[in-house]
Amino acid sequence: MSWLGRTLQSSIGGKWVVALTGLGLVGFLVAHLAGNLLVFAGPQALNDYAAGLRKFPALLLAARVGLVAIALLHIFFAVKLNLKNRAARPVAYSAKTYVKASLQSRTMVLTGVLVLVYALWHLADLTWRLTDSAVQQLGPFDAYQMVVLRFSNPLNSLFYILMMVVTGIHVSHGVQSVFQTFGLNHHKYNRCFRSLGPLLGSALAILFMAIPISVLLGIVK
Amino acid sequence: MKLDAKIPAGPIADKWTKHKFESKLVNPANKRKYQVIVVGSGLAGAAAAATLAELGYQVSCFCFQDSPRRAHSIAAQGGINAAKNYQGDGDSVYRLFYDTVKGGDFRAREANVHRLAEVSRNIIDQCVAQGVPFAREYGGLLDNRSFGGAQVSRTFYARGQTGQQLLLGAYQSLERQIGLGRVKMYPRTEMLDLVTVDGKASGIVVRDLVTGEISSHAAHTVLLCTGGYGNVFYLSTNAKGCNVTATYRSYKKGAGFANPCFTQIHPTCIPVSGDYQSKLTLMSESLRNDGRVWVSKTKGDKRAPDQIPDAERDYFLERKYPSYGNLSPRDIASRAAKEACDDGRGVGDTGLGVYLDFRDAIARLGKDTIAARYGNLFQMYARITGEDPYKVPMRISPAVHYTMGGLWVDYNLQSTIPGLFVLGEANFSDHGANRLGASALMQGLADGYFVIPSTLGNYLADLKREPVTTAHPEFKKTEDAVKDMTKKLLAINGTRSVDSFHKELGKIMWDYCGMARSRQGLEKALKLIPALREEFWRNVKVTGEGENVNQALEKAGRVADFLEFGELMCRDALVREESCGGHFREEYQEDGEAKRDDERFAHAAVWEYTGQGKEPKRHVEPLAFENVHLATRSYK
Amino acid sequence: MKLTLKIWRQKNAKSAGKISTYKVDKVSEHMSFLEMLDELNEDLIKKGDDPVAFDHDCREGICGSCSLMINGVPHGPDRGTTTCQLHMRRFKDGDEITIEPWRAKAFPVLKDLMVDRSPFDRIIQAGGFISVNSGGAQDANSLPIPKGDADQAMDAAQCIGCGACVAACKNASAMLYVAAKVSHLGLLPQGQPERQKRVLSMVKQMDAEGFGNCTNQYECEAACPKEISVEFIARMNRDYVKAAVLAREVTSTGGGE
Ligand SMILES: Cc1cc2nc3c(=O)[nH]c(=O)nc-3n(C[C@H](O)[C@H](O)[C@H](O)COP(=O)(O)OP(=O)(O)OC[C@H]3O[C@@H](n4cnc5c(N)ncnc54)[C@H](O)[C@@H]3O)c2cc1C
Ligand code: HEM
Ligand code: HEM
Ligand code: SF4
Ligand code: F3S
Ligand code: FES
Repeated sequence: MSWLGRTLQSSIGGKWVVALTGLGLVGFLVAHLAGNLLVFAGPQALNDYAAGLRKFPALLLAARVGLVAIALLHIFFAVKLNLKNRAARPVAYSAKTYVKASLQSRTMVLTGVLVLVYALWHLADLTWRLTDSAVQQLGPFDAYQMVVLRFSNPLNSLFYILMMVVTGIHVSHGVQSVFQTFGLNHHKYNRCFRSLGPLLGSALAILFMAIPISVLLGIVK
Repeated sequence: MKLDAKIPAGPIADKWTKHKFESKLVNPANKRKYQVIVVGSGLAGAAAAATLAELGYQVSCFCFQDSPRRAHSIAAQGGINAAKNYQGDGDSVYRLFYDTVKGGDFRAREANVHRLAEVSRNIIDQCVAQGVPFAREYGGLLDNRSFGGAQVSRTFYARGQTGQQLLLGAYQSLERQIGLGRVKMYPRTEMLDLVTVDGKASGIVVRDLVTGEISSHAAHTVLLCTGGYGNVFYLSTNAKGCNVTATYRSYKKGAGFANPCFTQIHPTCIPVSGDYQSKLTLMSESLRNDGRVWVSKTKGDKRAPDQIPDAERDYFLERKYPSYGNLSPRDIASRAAKEACDDGRGVGDTGLGVYLDFRDAIARLGKDTIAARYGNLFQMYARITGEDPYKVPMRISPAVHYTMGGLWVDYNLQSTIPGLFVLGEANFSDHGANRLGASALMQGLADGYFVIPSTLGNYLADLKREPVTTAHPEFKKTEDAVKDMTKKLLAINGTRSVDSFHKELGKIMWDYCGMARSRQGLEKALKLIPALREEFWRNVKVTGEGENVNQALEKAGRVADFLEFGELMCRDALVREESCGGHFREEYQEDGEAKRDDERFAHAAVWEYTGQGKEPKRHVEPLAFENVHLATRSYK
Repeated sequence: MKLTLKIWRQKNAKSAGKISTYKVDKVSEHMSFLEMLDELNEDLIKKGDDPVAFDHDCREGICGSCSLMINGVPHGPDRGTTTCQLHMRRFKDGDEITIEPWRAKAFPVLKDLMVDRSPFDRIIQAGGFISVNSGGAQDANSLPIPKGDADQAMDAAQCIGCGACVAACKNASAMLYVAAKVSHLGLLPQGQPERQKRVLSMVKQMDAEGFGNCTNQYECEAACPKEISVEFIARMNRDYVKAAVLAREVTSTGGGE
């Protein structure tokens, strides 16, 4: 087997792939958030942005393929490692107390799967526009109206808000974990490395949430 | 029994070089054909097994722990001596040799001790090359500290875990050889007997501690590196599994046992708190660098320590030994503490301890400095006793720690059974009647890395015979005897647990063959022990079965040996009518100090087994002191 | 004090086990945890029952033999303490204590609370050493080592190989143990020649033994009786990838030549 194959097969190699792709996904989220926040700058800004993206279809396609690839790799390796982890302890403890491991670190698979479920719903909702006939009647670039329409539905909004919390949790362990995986652990800087995850996680969650909440409260209409 | 020490001729400083040159070499191609059994994976065993495998021998190594890394050497805290003179404070091979002979109270063999001092320097080089992280100074060079009984700084250390780091170095070398297929390791396997064919050591019989299976292993030579027998006292600083089984059963097969009564009592251990106590914890001797030892001047003083003003305290070590003070050698410090306790001035609920007080050191150096030096020891003390040594003086008491006695060996480390070699604490050779701090680690590694690889060839090169195989009837016979003993132990089904016998034996040994011994006491012990042994074989209760993990059965076998061995110790102590080093006979003292009798006892006493129920026979190896002249040891 | 103990009993590696409940009274607060179990065993022997098997030897917190999961925490509630050094004053009269063996596929139970930790030895065999033969080493002081490096190597080298890290980790990962050994040798100049080969071989063996993967939960660090830092895991992650990308030769496990 080549060195690359061997490395990818190894536990640490796999961990690096999850971290690299996780970082890519976080990058997407940050960019996506930046774009979405244009909602607060009014319909024109958001719609121009959405239209702008479509001016370069090749680039968009490449980005989408890249994103899907990253996501698939992330999921594939995360699941592969997790299956081995489960097999590594065939008999469970009858009593187990955690002293240090955070709840978010112990629920990465759960939050990850929920994010995936959410992402599929979200694609169906806003990209493929399958969930609401009113949206289907909108013009191709009227992203603003679409967002307002969909988030006016309190059930849908609530689902989004909850899922933003879940995403935040996943990112919050994920980001600080990336530092450790890349070997960035030094007692002088650990406070910074370890707080960046929760900081970024909650920032993403709160700012994303702000959109459905603003629609519900009528701030964005 | 013939005791030929095979000491090479010539001046002391040349003996080892000359002997190495004159020793027979085994042709590299032939080494592969020789099978070597190493019992024990402590410093001595792991070092020997790894080195012999590196040389090309086929090695099998056995230990009773689940991994060779857990051998009792792991517990040594303080450090390892070596005559490197890195501090430029006047150390030399000769000074280490001199200190060791004197520290051993002139009961060690000069030639062996000099060799030990010589190779001590190679040990440090070897360990550093293996990656042992010794303490260093800011300039990157190795740091040293001083230890009880020496006036130079020659002790190398790795925090308070020197034994651990040295053992891990040896263990790593051993694992490397295991990985290369040159050593076959048998963990969780206990040697239960030695097999001799035509008077030569030819193999061992072992019990697999997981499956209970009893099996034989044959080899050209057997190396015992099985450590000390301090656990004959039940309570000691030794690990729970330490035992005399391998050496004692070899003694019964014809190996001479030398100086069994020479045991070392360490002065700084945490006192016993109740009869459930299972072992004693050593507090590193380095504490005596800053702590002051005292008791009240008044008997039965029940005041809290801080209520006792200085004028009413007796700093007895400083008073009695002004030049060494709190750093007096172990045997002396221990005995002085015992005297204070016997005088009714002991401290704590049991009155069996003395104070080790850091009040003055904290006032002088500040709490932070003391915490930096001894923080983890203070923490350990607090955890065990529930008291804070920064505020209340520590209570310490003497405890059995090390056994200088062991199987007799010649200069080649060969016992009186040809082909049976004995290394490390299991042999008797280098420490005489008292071992200096930080010298046991040195000896174990010297024997394993440097001595046996050179001397083993002398035996193997002459051994002109095909390997004996386990098909030889002697193996079957020995296996059957071992199986019978196991069956017997399981069948008694009496009413008392093994531990209860062990505790009772320990009490007898401590009371009559401990820090102070007397004819009357020893004679009493010689009556009590056989009676206890008789009850053991009638009334012990060992549950479970032989074909499974059975820790009670393991203990039972070991205690059965202690019950015989204890008697041998008392016998040895009784005959040695003098006080020397760790052996203190109340009848032989002068102004409270030990009185040696060089006229009658400047020799090693070697016991020969003569059969079950028969009195063993005492032989002597006279010791000549040609370089360090016999003198009274004084630390005043 | 009086206590209720719920202890995992299992006859041997092949049979199934279960939790049994025992009562002990006459427990003194000065006893160590293992002395408390000794007392229980004395009772069991008197009754003709099989005593509880558990590994122990030094009872000083250094050999790494003892290994109990006490109320769901390896080595019990005190940080930086092995089971043998845990004392009963940490518990109250009437407490119920659950005692289980380390649980991991790589550490099969041999009996009751005793497990097989030989995978740790095999990981060392794969490369946890410096290949020097006895004899012929250069003078120890001809190689100065910065005190900081030596101290950090010592921090890692303190590992007692107890396996609590594996027991604590939700994934039964042995990363802390392996990282400690890789770092101990990797931090020293003597360890440099084999540094890349060592980390590749040791991780390969670790994976082959059936341990889980690390997902950076740091529970191991909290359970480690020697308080070995997960900083060493980070170090190993770095070393491993560097070695995987840069190492020239193909490495195999075992051997050192
Ligand atoms: C608490 C403590 C602290 C110490 N501190 C120091 C110090 O600072 N400096 C110093 O120089 N010395 C110190 N010593 C003494 C020193 O540690 C020992 O003397 C030395 O380590 C003994 O090494 P060894 O290789 O001879 O035997 P051990 O390390 O005891 O090894 C014995 C080996 O034999 C095996 N074994 C025993 N019986 C059998 C059997 N029947 N079948 C199979 N295998 C068997 C065991 O499994 C083990 O592997 C200390 C001792 C103690 C107790
Ligand atoms: C409340 C916050 C969010 C809003 C308002 C929002 C809005 C949108 C909109 C409008 C689109 C469609 C863009 C288009 O088709 O032109 C989109 C696409 C997408 N969103 Fe979101 N999004 C949010 C949160 C998220 C989150 C948290 C994720 C990730 C888990 C996510 C992942 C995606 C993906 C993968 C696409 C498809 C991108 C593409 O078409 O290439 N979104 N989002
Ligand atoms: C928006 C989408 C996602 C982002 C931003 C994201 C981000 C991350 C990050 C940064 C990590 C840390 C990697 C490391 O250092 O080990 C991670 C780990 C992980 N992710 Fe995701 N992830 C996302 C989606 C998913 C999905 C859909 C799953 C689905 C199953 C998932 C499962 C996991 C798992 C199991 C881990 C391993 C836990 C760990 O290593 O700590 N993730 N993720
Ligand atoms: S890293 Fe800590 S917990 Fe793990 S084996 Fe070593 S000492 Fe035990
Ligand atoms: S707890 Fe387990 S997940 Fe990693 S950091 Fe420690 S090995
Ligand atoms: S028994 Fe040795 S560490 Fe606990």
